[in-house]
Amino acid sequence: MTEKEDPQPWHDYDDGLVLLPDDGKKHVFDNPKNVRLAIRILFVCCGILFLLDSLFLLFHKHLSFAEDVFPAEGWFGFYGVYGFVACVLLVLAAKHVMRTLLMRKEDYYDE
Amino acid sequence: MSSLHPALILFAGALILPLLKGRVRKGVLVLTPLLGFLNVLMLEPGSGLPLVFMGFELDLVRVDKLSLLFGYLFHLAAFLGAIYALQVKDKTQLVSALLYAGSAVGVVFAGDLLTLFVFWELLALTSVFLIWARRSKTSFSSGLRYLLFHISSGLFLLAGAAWQYYETGSLAFELMTLDGTSARLIFLAFGIKCAFPFFHTWLVDSYPEATPVGTVFLSSFTTKAAVYALARGFPGTEELVIIGTVMAMFPIFFAVIENDLRRVLGYSMINQIGFMVVGIGIGTPLAINGAVAHAFNDVIFKGLLFMTMGAVLLRTGKIKGTDLGGLYKSMPLTTGFCVVGAASISAFPLFSGFVSKSMVMAAAGQEGHLWVWLCLLFASAGVFHHAGIKIPFFAFFAHDSGIRTKEAPFSMLVAMGLAAFLCIFNGTFPAFLYSLMPYQVDYAPYTLTHVVTQTQLLFFSALAFTTLMLLRIYPPELRSVNLDVDWFYRQGGRLVYRGSEIFLSGVNAFTFEDLLPRLVHRIRLFFKEAPSHLMVGLLTPVWIAQSKSRSEILEKKQDYYEKARLGAIPIGVTACLAVLLLGILFWF
Repeated sequence: MTEKEDPQPWHDYDDGLVLLPDDGKKHVFDNPKNVRLAIRILFVCCGILFLLDSLFLLFHKHLSFAEDVFPAEGWFGFYGVYGFVACVLLVLAAKHVMRTLLMRKEDYYDE
Repeated sequence: MSSLHPALILFAGALILPLLKGRVRKGVLVLTPLLGFLNVLMLEPGSGLPLVFMGFELDLVRVDKLSLLFGYLFHLAAFLGAIYALQVKDKTQLVSALLYAGSAVGVVFAGDLLTLFVFWELLALTSVFLIWARRSKTSFSSGLRYLLFHISSGLFLLAGAAWQYYETGSLAFELMTLDGTSARLIFLAFGIKCAFPFFHTWLVDSYPEATPVGTVFLSSFTTKAAVYALARGFPGTEELVIIGTVMAMFPIFFAVIENDLRRVLGYSMINQIGFMVVGIGIGTPLAINGAVAHAFNDVIFKGLLFMTMGAVLLRTGKIKGTDLGGLYKSMPLTTGFCVVGAASISAFPLFSGFVSKSMVMAAAGQEGHLWVWLCLLFASAGVFHHAGIKIPFFAFFAHDSGIRTKEAPFSMLVAMGLAAFLCIFNGTFPAFLYSLMPYQVDYAPYTLTHVVTQTQLLFFSALAFTTLMLLRIYPPELRSVNLDVDWFYRQGGRLVYRGSEIFLSGVNAFTFEDLLPRLVHRIRLFFKEAPSHLMVGLLTPVWIAQSKSRSEILEKKQDYYEKARLGAIPIGVTACLAVLLLGILFWF
């Protein structure tokens, strides 16, 4: 939808649309240092979580399936690797396959 | 037992609302769901409200654990939605929201198919105004498509009910199996409302077109009423496992490339319903509990996410990923609530999705559905990716769009805060939610394995997102429309329209320009010349027999044609012909 034909859904509110000028205040992520820090924290967390799998060398890892149905679930780091690979595949498929086949201009259905 | 039908209070509230103004109206808006909730609390399990109507034995209210759970849930959703809607002046939205909530309550308490049908159709008719309330051309046509789906769903339900009555003489809404025609029709009706693949487009088409408040209500009732209906009618139906897995999988791909953030939530909603449908399909007590518990949590966290996006739309007038970003600076509280909703839908430990989605996964494992389980795990990672990260990231963080606005209005913050509290409460103290389940629950979500593995899955999904972002592989948000199955009827409908236009206009032009003038001309010629030609044809053998010469015959012929043209045939001949005709008529 184009902005023009939208008759402003907020017109029926006591307190709706508010657009203010930028007050020039700096916020947390305006500083690239903080962004880098956040990313570094994520990397460290992932590293720790990956190593946490060694807990299951000591404790029993409850598998979702009966024995021998899907032993891979018990492998070291299975969930982490699966999550990472799944997301990369998802993004690549969406970007290269879906966008190529299915993406149209925004006004495709308007005439 | 309370003798009031549970939907009545919500309906009554909706009818009073337009007469009231200002604070009184706001009070009634919030009190109505509360009163309705008290009424549901007074219902006793096992009781009913039988009624004989036109010879049909109906049961307007069936009270058991399953219907009560959804009854509580819908009142809770209506209550949160009402607080969120306190700012709204538009009476259309308020009235239809309460009527809609009442219809959903009517659906889950309906004990027979006819009552179910009535509330099922009301669900469609009352909710469409929440879409139309946006009052734009797009929302109007989107609402029409929405109605098309839901009215057909109702008609399938009615056909199935009639078929069942014809076969068994009963309208009872009980457990069904998919081997009869009536059950298949009803299954299809439920499937359309539940957004099964190929029928899902109404959801992603219409929800993003509704008003900020409208979408919050819409996301709470329709699909969850359908999940209830499936859990009541078709638990343990194998087909549902496959359907649910497909539902959990395909929307995440669309969600990654979608630009309208409320449409992203629409896709992720289908993905979550997929988990519930799988649970119903597996049909073990654990799976059913998982399905309904997840429905309960989903109403709250999906409602919360739609609330935060509604607040963004309200404040900035924009909802597309390409237009937004950096809003954490202006709307820090909304950002926080959105992150809670995102953590809940992604099933982080201590958040509500963690204690319900995993029941379905565990049930899939117990029953040995390996591929289903792998797909659901993929979908779990995927949902974190698009609903968990993408929604908060592109709206509140990402690049600074330069938009500066005010924090969401107070009443909206209260509604979001309550929903966020419930997300954390249900996730941290699942015992309360479990006590409402239809079956006795023997499931412990907080085991070491579950906590560690789930956290690993999610953090590594986040790692993938971050890595792809840093490497600039992640697809940027683009202004676009992505084709879905609705292409077939939106473009296909246009094709049919154009095709019929060409065909019918052609027929019209042919008739008008060619057929009609020629035909009229021929008919005129026929009546003008046929009698003389007939006469000549009859008389020529006579003339030949009289051995007249060729030129004489030609002269006679010309004479007859001339007389016919001038209408100068003697009366005697005409009379003779008339008598002949009468004679023929008389003979037969």
